Amino acid sequence: MTWMRRNLFRSWWDGILSLVFGALAVYVVWALVNFVFVTGRWEIIEVNLTLLLVGRFPAEELWLVGASIVGLAFWISAASSSFTQPVENKRPWGARILDAVQRFGLLAGLGLLLIVLAEGMTPIYWALAIVGGIVAGRALGATRRAFAWVGKIPALVWHALLIAAPVTLIALTLTRSTLDSWGGFLINFYIAIISIVLSFPLGVLLALGRRSTLPIVRLLSTTYIELIRGAPLFVLLLLAGVALEFFVPVDLAPGPIFRAVTVFTLFTAAYVAEIVRGGLQSVAKGQTEAGKALGLNTSKVTFLITLPQALRNVIPAQIGQFISLFKDTTLAGAALSVLEVLNIGTAITKQDDFLGQGYIYESLAFVGLLFWVGSYVMSRESQRLEKRLGVGQR
Amino acid sequence: MSSLPSAPTRVPFWRDVRVLRWAFQLVVLALVFALLFWLYGNYQANVAKSSIPTNLRFLDNPSNFTIPGNDLDQSAPVRDAFYQGFLNTLQVAIAGIVFATILGTLVGIARLSKNFLVRTIAAAYVEVIRNIPLLLLLTFMNLAVVLQTFPRIEEAWLPLDLFVISNRGIAIPWFIGSAPILLAVGAAAILAAWATGKIRARISDATGKPARAGLYAFAVFALIALSGWVALGYTVTLPFVDDRATDGGFRLDPSFFALLVTLVIYTSSHIAEIVRGSIMAVPRGQGEAADALALKPGVKMRLVILPQAFRIAMPAVGNQYLNLIKNSSLGATISYFELTQIAQITVGNGSPAVPAFTLTLLVYLAISLITSVIVNFFNRRLALVER
Repeated sequence: MTWMRRNLFRSWWDGILSLVFGALAVYVVWALVNFVFVTGRWEIIEVNLTLLLVGRFPAEELWLVGASIVGLAFWISAASSSFTQPVENKRPWGARILDAVQRFGLLAGLGLLLIVLAEGMTPIYWALAIVGGIVAGRALGATRRAFAWVGKIPALVWHALLIAAPVTLIALTLTRSTLDSWGGFLINFYIAIISIVLSFPLGVLLALGRRSTLPIVRLLSTTYIELIRGAPLFVLLLLAGVALEFFVPVDLAPGPIFRAVTVFTLFTAAYVAEIVRGGLQSVAKGQTEAGKALGLNTSKVTFLITLPQALRNVIPAQIGQFISLFKDTTLAGAALSVLEVLNIGTAITKQDDFLGQGYIYESLAFVGLLFWVGSYVMSRESQRLEKRLGVGQR
Repeated sequence: MSSLPSAPTRVPFWRDVRVLRWAFQLVVLALVFALLFWLYGNYQANVAKSSIPTNLRFLDNPSNFTIPGNDLDQSAPVRDAFYQGFLNTLQVAIAGIVFATILGTLVGIARLSKNFLVRTIAAAYVEVIRNIPLLLLLTFMNLAVVLQTFPRIEEAWLPLDLFVISNRGIAIPWFIGSAPILLAVGAAAILAAWATGKIRARISDATGKPARAGLYAFAVFALIALSGWVALGYTVTLPFVDDRATDGGFRLDPSFFALLVTLVIYTSSHIAEIVRGSIMAVPRGQGEAADALALKPGVKMRLVILPQAFRIAMPAVGNQYLNLIKNSSLGATISYFELTQIAQITVGNGSPAVPAFTLTLLVYLAISLITSVIVNFFNRRLALVER
C-alpha cells in the first residue's frame, strides 16, 4: 500500500497518469501475449528457420557453422574468465546465479526458442555442445588463475592458442563453401565482426593522425573523417553496389558481401577514429609528460603509454559502435541484395504458401527479436564493463 | 693564441627533426595521392571501356519518370527531379526533427519520473526501439502497419471526423490560402512573442513583479496569428472520403507517413537517453536550491533544471539531427521520393552512377554542414560563458 501511494498516487495528477499508463501497459502486454500465443501463425518461421539463420548455406556443411559457434563460445568464455577478479568468487552462490540469469537469461531464452522452433534432436545436441564449450572455457580460465606455471604463459600466446580453434574452423568453413552462399543472421553477424576488426587499425591511425602535430597528416585525417561522417551509409552502399567495380581492376569483380564489408569497414573507421580520439583526449597530460621526461620519443610515448590507456577507456564506446554496425548490416540487404536476415524475412512472406496473408507481422517480429536480444545483451554487458573499468570515475 | 670554440656541429639532415617531420608528411601525401591516382586511373580506364560519361551533363536529360504529388512530367530534366527529391528530403527531415525533439524530451523526462509506471514504460520504449535496426522498424511501419493494417479507402478510419486514415495515406485538416504568407505571419507572430517575453523579463527585473513571460508571449502570438488568419481570409478544410479518394484537407503519402513516423520514433529514443543523461548531469545543488526556494516541481523543472540540461544536451542532440537527416535516405527502400530514391531511379534509367551518387553525397554533406552550423550557433549562445 505504501509502495503504491509513494510510486503511483502521489497526487491526483499522478493518479491520473498512473491510470492512463496502467491501462496502456495492460493493453500492450495483453496484445503481445495474444499475438505470441494465440493469433501468431509461427509456421512461417518454423518452415524457414534454417533460411533465416544461415541463408542458402550448404546443408551438409552446417556442422562447421555449429562447430565454429562452439569454438567462439569457448574462446569468449575462456578469455573473459581469465580476467575475472577473484573478489567475485566470494559472493554467495544465489547472488551469482541471479546475476548470470540477469546477464544471459535473454540469450538462453532465445536459444530455447530456436530449439523449440527447430523441432528435433540436432539443435539440442548443439546447444549442449555450446554449453560444454562455455564450461570448458571457464575451466581453462580458472586453471590459468589457479596454477602458477599456466599463469606464466604470456597473454599474447595464451590468446593466440585460444583463438586458434574458432579461426581454424571459420577458415575451414570458408574453404568448404563460397562466401556468397552465406546468408541469414549468420552473415549479419560475420559482416559486423569482420568490419569492426578491419576498421579498428584504420580508425586508430586516423585518430592518431587527427591529433598529430603534423599539419598535412592532420588535414588528411580530418578530411576523411568528416567526409565519411557527413555521408549516409545507405548511399555509400548503393554507390559501392553500382560503382565499386569501376575503381578496382576488372579481374577483381567483387561480390556483394565483399562490397558490403568494404563500405562498412571504411565507414566504421571514421567513427572508430572519433571514439579513439575521445579516448586519447581522456588520458591525462601528465602521462605524456612523464614519458617525455623518461626520454622516450613521440612514437614510443604514443604506443607504449597513451594509446594503451586510451584504448582501455574506449572499450564500452567500441561495443556501442559494434552494436550500431550490427544493426546497420541490415542495410546491405536493401542496398546490395545480400541475403541477410531482414531481406530473407520479407522475402519469405512472398512464398506461395504465405503470400498475401499478412505473415509480415510474424516474420518481422522474429527478425526483430533476434536483433533486439543481441543488441540488448551486448549493451547491458558494455554498461557492466564501463562500471568495472571505472571510466570517468578516475 | 687560443682557437675560438668551434661552431656547434650541425645535426645531419637525416636526424634533424624538422626535416624528418616534413619528409614523413611528404611520404604520407605521396602514398595518398598514389592511391587516389590508382583509383582514378582504374575508373578512367573502366569508364572509357564502356563509354560511360563522367560529367554532370546527364542532369539535362529527360528524367523518364514521374514523382507522385507534383506536376513534373516524364520530359522534365533530371535536374528538376533531383531538386524535388532534395525538397522531399528537407520536408521529412524538418518535420522529423521537430517531432523527434518533442517526443524525445517528453520520454527523457518521463524516464526520470517518480511515478513507477511512467518511468518503466518510458524505459521499455527506449530500450526496445534503440536495439532494433532502423530499417526493420521502417519495413514494419510500411509493410505491416500502413499497407496491411490501415483499412482500404472504402472502410477508412475517421477519428473525430478530423482525419482520414487508410492505406492510401493519412489526410489531415489543413488550411486554404497561401502557405508562404501564412508562414510569414507565423514568423512575425513568433518574433513579436519573443520581443514581448524579453520586455516582460526586463519589467520583472526592474519591478520584481512576476514576469509571466510565457503567458504574455503566448497571448501576443495568438492575437497576431488569429488576426492574420481572419484578416487574410484563411479557412480550414477538413478531409473527407469522396468516391474512393480523399478530398479536402492535406493528404500525406503513405510512404511519407511511414518514413516520418519511423524516423521520429527511432530518433526520439536516442534523444530521450541524451535528455535523461543531461538532466542527471545538472548539479544536484541546483534542484535542491529550487526546493529550498519552495518552487513547485513543474516550475523547478521548467525554470531551473531543463534550461541547464538543454545546454548540456545540445551538441549530442545536434548529432542526432544529423543522423536523422542521413537516415532519411532509407526512404528509398519504401519508395518515398527523396534524394536517394531519385538518384537510384535515374541511375537505373541510365544516368552514370558515379557522378549521380557523388552529387547525392555532396548534397547530404551540404545539408549536414548547414545543420551543424545552425546547431553550433545555438550551442554558442547557450554555452556557459567561462571566465
